[in-house]
Amino acid sequence: MPADFISSLFVFILAAFLGFELIKRVSPLLHTPLMSLTNALDAIVVVAAIIIAGMHETKLSTTLGLIAVAASFSNMVGGFVITDRMLHMFKTGKAKKP
Amino acid sequence: MTPEQVLMLIDFTYIAAVIGFILSLKWLSSPVTAMRGVLIGEIASAIAVVATLFDARVTEHKWVIIALIIGAGVGVPLGLVKMTAVPQRTALSHAFGALSAALIGIAEYYVAAPNVPRFEMAEIGLEVVIGSLTVTGSLIAAGKLQELKWIPQRPITYKGQNYVSLTVLASAVLLIVALVLHPEHTYLFPIMVGVALVFGVMLVTPIGGADMPTVISLLNSYAGFSASLLGFVLQSKVLVVAGALDGASGFILSVIMCKAMNRSFTNVLFGAFGQVQVAAAGTKEDRVVKSASPEDAANILAAANRVVIVPGYGMAVAQAQHKVRELYDILTKKGIDVRFGIHPVAGRMPGHMNVLLAEADIPYDKLMEMDDINGDLPQTDVALIIGANDVTNPAARTDQSSPIFGMPIIDVDKARTVMVIKRSMAAGFAGIDNPLYYLDHTLMLFGDAKKFVSEIIQNLSNSGGH
Repeated sequence: MPADFISSLFVFILAAFLGFELIKRVSPLLHTPLMSLTNALDAIVVVAAIIIAGMHETKLSTTLGLIAVAASFSNMVGGFVITDRMLHMFKTGKAKKP
Repeated sequence: MTPEQVLMLIDFTYIAAVIGFILSLKWLSSPVTAMRGVLIGEIASAIAVVATLFDARVTEHKWVIIALIIGAGVGVPLGLVKMTAVPQRTALSHAFGALSAALIGIAEYYVAAPNVPRFEMAEIGLEVVIGSLTVTGSLIAAGKLQELKWIPQRPITYKGQNYVSLTVLASAVLLIVALVLHPEHTYLFPIMVGVALVFGVMLVTPIGGADMPTVISLLNSYAGFSASLLGFVLQSKVLVVAGALDGASGFILSVIMCKAMNRSFTNVLFGAFGQVQVAAAGTKEDRVVKSASPEDAANILAAANRVVIVPGYGMAVAQAQHKVRELYDILTKKGIDVRFGIHPVAGRMPGHMNVLLAEADIPYDKLMEMDDINGDLPQTDVALIIGANDVTNPAARTDQSSPIFGMPIIDVDKARTVMVIKRSMAAGFAGIDNPLYYLDHTLMLFGDAKKFVSEIIQNLSNSGGH
């Protein structure tokens, strides 16, 4: 078993538990923006896609990498745009203009 | 700077990104700090992306930049869809996320094949299988939510379905095992991908609309965990963390959705709700319902002190949320306390109703969770149900033979008067008769939600206008 697997597993377990604790606290009011925000954060796979596309190893890996760059970056951009829009809509009674 | 220093600097930006992601989720806990959360998430992601472009391994920038521009070009319109289209947009973004994780795994495989070390082969296999099934599963879910004609809306079930599905899943796993044992048989890899894609379709077609909140959350969690697994393959900790956070989020949401329906994961995935329809249809009797006109409804509302509105997917379908806001305004102006009772599975995704009502400018402190509103319903004069059915069915509390027995509901039947806006007496999604409609203090308001609410508003403004 590669040593790096163990260190990745450590990081994974810690992150998953941290995730559980953080997300438990998110109000059900914001569950839809939560989903679009985590989607945008998850789109960080774009960095792996950039590397595999930019390494230019084989035609296939470059093509697949480039598609992955476009797909994940669209999630990043779209996810942040829509989360931002949704959160702007949540106003309290006091803040509401007459 | 030496290349080593650059790499170290890039790693530091990834650590900064991870800190940003965690703060982003932490600040999402309240609507007050949530905007800050999005901002730090944006900054963290942007820094990581820009830093990666300076990675020495990236030798060919032109096409990467073009792909980024295309991605942004697709992403912006997807970020600007109407709020009613958010469920299908979300499903589509799960598909995109999983697609990119799967494609990177596939590219990694073919760069190394056939000399893939066994352990890495197992990781890649698992990652690509989960990613691929999430792609097709999410696309089918998005198609169902968008109500595309060529994708069946009703759950499709057939005899022995679960065995067939499990066999397909088992063959995908067996193919991974075969590739680990015999990496030289590279032809097995595309077969494995194909089988996983087919399984994704089989996973979602038997699932109906009312189960969409669970399925969309589950696909969310798969998309996250596939990204995390990709982090294992590429030894990239930032992917491991981001994927784990996303996966944990989807997982928690699926658990919340399952609990809100009193069903288990296996029941949602393997027990299509369509099957209970036949069993429940036989219990109908000839009972009387009382119906009322918009004028009656307006008079009752005007005489109330406390009103609770319970919205459901029907409100979204009828696009009635802006009319509901007008009703809220007019009643609030009369000094009536109006609040909303939101069931966790109302709508087609977690939090769907909240977003629609917030878009219609209803203050979020009036949107109450099920547990918070239930205690107040006995002191409520009028419970007005708009396009919700099963989540208000008192049989879930009392009738042990009901398929939804045990499901937590909004106790609208405890209000002094119950008014239900409904198109007809047709049963709800689950095909279960709702005893609520036959209660002495229930009035049925038959008609289209948007039209009926407008007529109530007209009556209210005529009588209150002097």
